Amino acid sequence: MRPQTFAEKVLSRASGKDARTGEIVTARIDLAMSHENAALVLQSFHDMGATRVWDRDKIVLLFDHRVPANTVKAAESHKLVREFVRQEGLPLFLDLREGVCHQVLPEMGKVLPGKLIVGTDSHTVTYGALGAFSTGIGATEMASVWATGELWLKVPETKRFSIVGPLPEGTSAKDVALRLIGDIGSDGADYQCIEYVGEVVDAFSLAGRMVLSNMSVEMGAKAGICFPDSKTREFLSTRSSEPWTAVISDAEAEIGESMQFDFSNLGPQVAKPHAVDNVVSVEEVEGVPLDQVFIGSCTNGRMEDLLAAERVLRGKKAANGVRLIIAPASREIYIEASEKGILASLARSGAVILNPGCGPCLGAHEGLLAAGERCISTTNRNFKGRMGSPKAEIYLASPATAAASALKGAIADPREVSS
Amino acid sequence: MIEGRVWKFGDHINTDLIIPGRYLDDYSAANLAAHALEDADPQFAKQVRKGDILVAGRNFGCGSSREQAPLALKYAGVGAVVAGSFARIFFRNAINVGLPVVVCPKASQVIKPGDVIRIDLHQGTIDVVGAKQVLKFDPMPDFMRSILESGGLVPYTRERLHQK
Ligand code: SF4
Repeated sequence: MRPQTFAEKVLSRASGKDARTGEIVTARIDLAMSHENAALVLQSFHDMGATRVWDRDKIVLLFDHRVPANTVKAAESHKLVREFVRQEGLPLFLDLREGVCHQVLPEMGKVLPGKLIVGTDSHTVTYGALGAFSTGIGATEMASVWATGELWLKVPETKRFSIVGPLPEGTSAKDVALRLIGDIGSDGADYQCIEYVGEVVDAFSLAGRMVLSNMSVEMGAKAGICFPDSKTREFLSTRSSEPWTAVISDAEAEIGESMQFDFSNLGPQVAKPHAVDNVVSVEEVEGVPLDQVFIGSCTNGRMEDLLAAERVLRGKKAANGVRLIIAPASREIYIEASEKGILASLARSGAVILNPGCGPCLGAHEGLLAAGERCISTTNRNFKGRMGSPKAEIYLASPATAAASALKGAIADPREVSS
Repeated sequence: MIEGRVWKFGDHINTDLIIPGRYLDDYSAANLAAHALEDADPQFAKQVRKGDILVAGRNFGCGSSREQAPLALKYAGVGAVVAGSFARIFFRNAINVGLPVVVCPKASQVIKPGDVIRIDLHQGTIDVVGAKQVLKFDPMPDFMRSILESGGLVPYTRERLHQK
């Protein structure tokens, strides 16, 4: 066998042929996820004249973007999907109970190393943190996946980021992700499969790796992979009984580009409006006044993110005039954080705690910004208009930076607040 | 052959600029067309004419997987998008909804707003009408062009499911 990259291995298995970088293959899909936009998928599915889905056990559907329904139109489109689920008897429908799709699928044990997963959401790349090849697609092509189980994919070139550390105290996976995007640019990994390797990645929890994989799409990547290890095995051991084997690039495989990053001196990073690659160190924006702080999303709404925020805020109050909004990414996290007293502590600090879901991340509800307002957010996009008014400003940062900023009412360095 | 009048946009025109999240609870053509590119150019949706062509810089369509982005442009009457590069999901979605997309890095340097251009998807040429200037691009693979020519993935798959 010739040496293959991770992407070539997964796509060879899924297409039943020797898939080489640059080739277009027709691949069989292992798992297909849609959220609210399932309504759009459904419309195309019917318009195509399709009648049955290809495999009921491979379609996961849930609502997370507008939950509970925030408009009558949203309620109606939820209803449409529920009716379809009932008719088709789809077993993997979670309605609005569970939280953000990209946290929920791994929790369900549905994301296994080496699987080929597609979702009608660009942050489907998150599952790369567990060593799966997963990527975002559009609603119409999802309809054709529902009908046929297949999709054409170009075998991406591989780009390897090797991250040298150790990271200084107070620097998180989000800071690493932002710095990488700042260095590479928002189209710096267009169409490519990023492989994250090195001691910093090894040291990250799965939650930290999910931040890296999640933000890969902000560099244009098709997938962002962290190879499975004992942490992956442990995470999956209680969640899935399906056997799996790790898929890893061969040592001699052809890597398009290998880059090394030494982050042993990296401090907290912030992306300024209105581009994710507009990244500076926190010192450069310290003191910028804020109206709102949001901690949550598929990037940073996990247990370790809530803990990091709570550590900064514990026993203190968010500054007057700043709205602190927190959304645990999933019901599982919500329960754990509530049992550990983390939610109560955050609420004592003045936080408004939202139901698990996307919250204000996409500017649909639960904390939109008015013209002229400024927000620091642990989400992944600070595009103009993303969280409400196009005249508002969004800064992206880690949970610790966001929490420190809530205390000050202005962008603050978490190292100064917590020490 | 696609011919139309040019609107110019810069680099990194993201999907929130093309159709903001606040309008996404309504999938109707009228709603999407009315807000197309609203946060990038508030005049666009009001003044765009059927068949107009967008010429943009790098990384057009970066951001979310929302298919409403190419749909909004299509419903607004846009006949094609020419850009230096496209974000991958937008590129796929555009073909799937039947909106022609052309990768041509030179286009945004050479073509001016208001120019009339003629695109030949088979030959891989963009002709700036009246300027005696022809730009070249790599024609897309045949199967993508057939999806476009059927009007998108829905009619394309319908035909194929029918044949089975
Ligand atoms: S949390 Fe934000 S980025 Fe993540 S899936 Fe929801 S809307 Fe998208």
